[in-house]
Amino acid sequence: MMADTGSDEVAVIGNIDLTPGEIENNMKNTMGEKGTVLFRKMEINVAEAEKRTVKNAVNMQEIYTVYLIETRPADAASEGTNSTPDSLWRRYSEFEILRNFLLVTYPYVVVPPLPEKRAEFVWHKLSADNMDPDFVERRRVGLENFLLRVASHPILSTDKIFFAFLTEENGWKEMVFETGFQAKADSRLKALNATFRVKNPDKRFAEMKHYGDELQSVISQLLRVRARVADRLYGVYKVHGNYGRVFSEWSAIEKEMGDGLQSAGHHMDAYAASVDDILEEEEHYADQLKEYLFYTEALRAVCRKHELIQYELEMAAQDLTTKKQQQEELATGTVRTFSLKGMTSKLFGQETPEQREAKMKVLEGQIQEGEDSLKEQNTECDVFVKGAWSDIERFKDQKNHDLKEALISYAIMQISMCKKGIQVWTNAKECFNKM
Amino acid sequence: MSGNVADSAVSPTTPAQTIPADLSGQMLELDEDDDLEVFSKDTTNTDGGSFNASMQTSPGSMINQYKFDEEEEEEDPGAKDLFITVDNPESHITTIETFITYRVVTKTTRSEFDSSEYEVRRRYQDFLWLRGRLEEAHPTLIVHPLPEKFVMKGMVERFNDDFIETRRRALHHFLNRIAEHPILSCNEDLKVFLSAQAWELASHKKQGPGFLSRMGETVRAVAASVRGVKNRPEEFNSIQEYVESFSQKMTSLDRITQRIVKEEREYLEEMKEYAPTYTLWSGSEEELAEPLKGVANCLDRCFQETEGQVRQLSDCLAPTLHEYVLSTDTLKAVLRRRDNMQAELEAKNEALAAKRADRDALKEEIDKLEDRVEWANNALKGDWSRWQRSMRSDLKDAFVSTAQKNVDYYEKVRVTHLKPPQPHHTFDTRLVSITL
Repeated sequence: MMADTGSDEVAVIGNIDLTPGEIENNMKNTMGEKGTVLFRKMEINVAEAEKRTVKNAVNMQEIYTVYLIETRPADAASEGTNSTPDSLWRRYSEFEILRNFLLVTYPYVVVPPLPEKRAEFVWHKLSADNMDPDFVERRRVGLENFLLRVASHPILSTDKIFFAFLTEENGWKEMVFETGFQAKADSRLKALNATFRVKNPDKRFAEMKHYGDELQSVISQLLRVRARVADRLYGVYKVHGNYGRVFSEWSAIEKEMGDGLQSAGHHMDAYAASVDDILEEEEHYADQLKEYLFYTEALRAVCRKHELIQYELEMAAQDLTTKKQQQEELATGTVRTFSLKGMTSKLFGQETPEQREAKMKVLEGQIQEGEDSLKEQNTECDVFVKGAWSDIERFKDQKNHDLKEALISYAIMQISMCKKGIQVWTNAKECFNKM
Repeated sequence: MSGNVADSAVSPTTPAQTIPADLSGQMLELDEDDDLEVFSKDTTNTDGGSFNASMQTSPGSMINQYKFDEEEEEEDPGAKDLFITVDNPESHITTIETFITYRVVTKTTRSEFDSSEYEVRRRYQDFLWLRGRLEEAHPTLIVHPLPEKFVMKGMVERFNDDFIETRRRALHHFLNRIAEHPILSCNEDLKVFLSAQAWELASHKKQGPGFLSRMGETVRAVAASVRGVKNRPEEFNSIQEYVESFSQKMTSLDRITQRIVKEEREYLEEMKEYAPTYTLWSGSEEELAEPLKGVANCLDRCFQETEGQVRQLSDCLAPTLHEYVLSTDTLKAVLRRRDNMQAELEAKNEALAAKRADRDALKEEIDKLEDRVEWANNALKGDWSRWQRSMRSDLKDAFVSTAQKNVDYYEKVRVTHLKPPQPHHTFDTRLVSITL
């Protein structure tokens, strides 16, 4: 099913640096048409996960998991027609390709993260194995979440490659590689990791980057502590199960105490078993925190990209100033800046007027180019800043909303856990009273 | 080492000598002396037994008094006429040794006592002596156990406060059980223990049955146990079987409880970092600062309440279970002593049948032995039902209070989660709906 968005879609394939015109166009088209955001037009589900095997390069069996993506027009569902959804299978690596494409194509967007590749921050009971059914299930949920986030993003949702990812099983990979984004991806990574110093850093972006670092650090710490606490809590609950066993044995040798002990033992067993559900729910909370942990990387990338643009702008401006100074020197004959040419001319004598004339012309040309280029870069920077800052604001609101919800549901979870505890121990107490 | 002959009683049935087999491997013998002292908390150079008139009734001991009054009221409100408290541990340093004494306060209306109130100081050795005397006087009565002599390896660093307090509570419990016992509470040695000054007690101890007579008893006991009993009455067989199983169950429960304490302590260790991390996070946030601080607050509360849970287990449930583990050794000893008496009687009867020695003398001995065995059996039977009742009541109370403590824990934590500093309207209503 191909939805025709109807709008003037700018082909964003192939550019790592969108021309200012392109960026502006994009934003105009999408910001004003929030109603056509893909999310509202289409139901997206990652419905299932399956294992597949394939023989790899060294002729060994490789097992991997594929996920079923189902899509269905939203209005069809609301009309009540139970149309079967369109579906296709994708594996995790294809999701990664999609995300890398988006990162490269929309550098000013805080691109939603994928669920973790390998299980981290696990507590001992949880398996760190990628093939573990619980891990696969949580990953399925995470992948669906990723798609929904992209589909509800005002800019990303309009992307054709994204749309094709959801709808074209065959040929998608070729399509995306044809865009040439791979090369851009490599240079992007290099640029992001390069060290350079910006003379006049933008305070807002610097603060945002710092915030991202802090958030990353504190969420990592929180997830680590949580895993350790979960481990310990598990131990406390499970040992109580031993009470159940011994009470049962003990009740066999008692007369009056027997019934009370026996039933108390059942409650101890129930108590010990209850921790499994509790910790599973908590895992969901941990996943919500993890999403934002991974989001910090995307946030950082946008800030770094801005720094890079800023730096290049400063370099270009610097370059222009130097050229203008050279021009001035040539015109007035005074040497203010050191140049090899200047030195050689001092040593070997002045140049001829014709030579000077030629030089002037070249310089003029370069200066003109430089000024045009600088203007363009400035505009690019402004557009980037506008786009990035707008997306950062959007991200901030989303983060505040989502994390607040997560904290509330965490509190609700804790309350529910307490209620269960109260119930079990009240029951146990009644049984003990009958001893 | 003190020069008290009483303490080196060789009778195999004295519990002081009987170290439970599975504990001996883990024991750390800190000192030859029973009272384990390597610290100097309140160092007073007073003589252990002198009555210090300036000793105020500390708030701590008053609470103890109140507590045991409550406790005792459950037993026999009308009949109780002997009230004992053990409190106020003090450390004493002399040139030879350092030891701990406990204050023992007695209030009574019994006529056997010259006064209605006594206050003395006693050390662990004295308690050991008392218990030994009670068992000697009443070999088939079930005398409540004393806390162990030695310290488990893992506890060394904590025994300064926790150990003394645990021991004090056990000693208090011990005397109160004796005081409730219709026969044991009338024992002369008990009276001396409760009322005599230190030097009086010391000289009284020396007056016990001579070394030689006790040796004689020991030889007979060993001989009898080697012989073995031939026709043990069925009811004692079933008691024996019960005690075997009960012993295993109590040991398991004790171990499980200790394990829970250990797990909870480790949980607390990890929890220490939990709340501070949320607080740290709240420092970077604006809108999220309040909810984050709220979670930190709840986790703090959780931490405090868990500490309370641990205290309940280690101060109430574990000691009670442990006392009953020790009780089973007493029960086994009592059954053995009864068996030995019966074995002696059987041997004498066999001798009579074999016409080996002087028949008349034998007959007289046999009559005496028969009486003795019958009395012993009845005493044991009577005390056995007493013991079962106490056991049931003690363990029931311990488990009920533990369950209650857990209910309180979850209640307090739950309530904290409902009151985070959160101005957001939706938050409140949602939580309100959850609680309904």
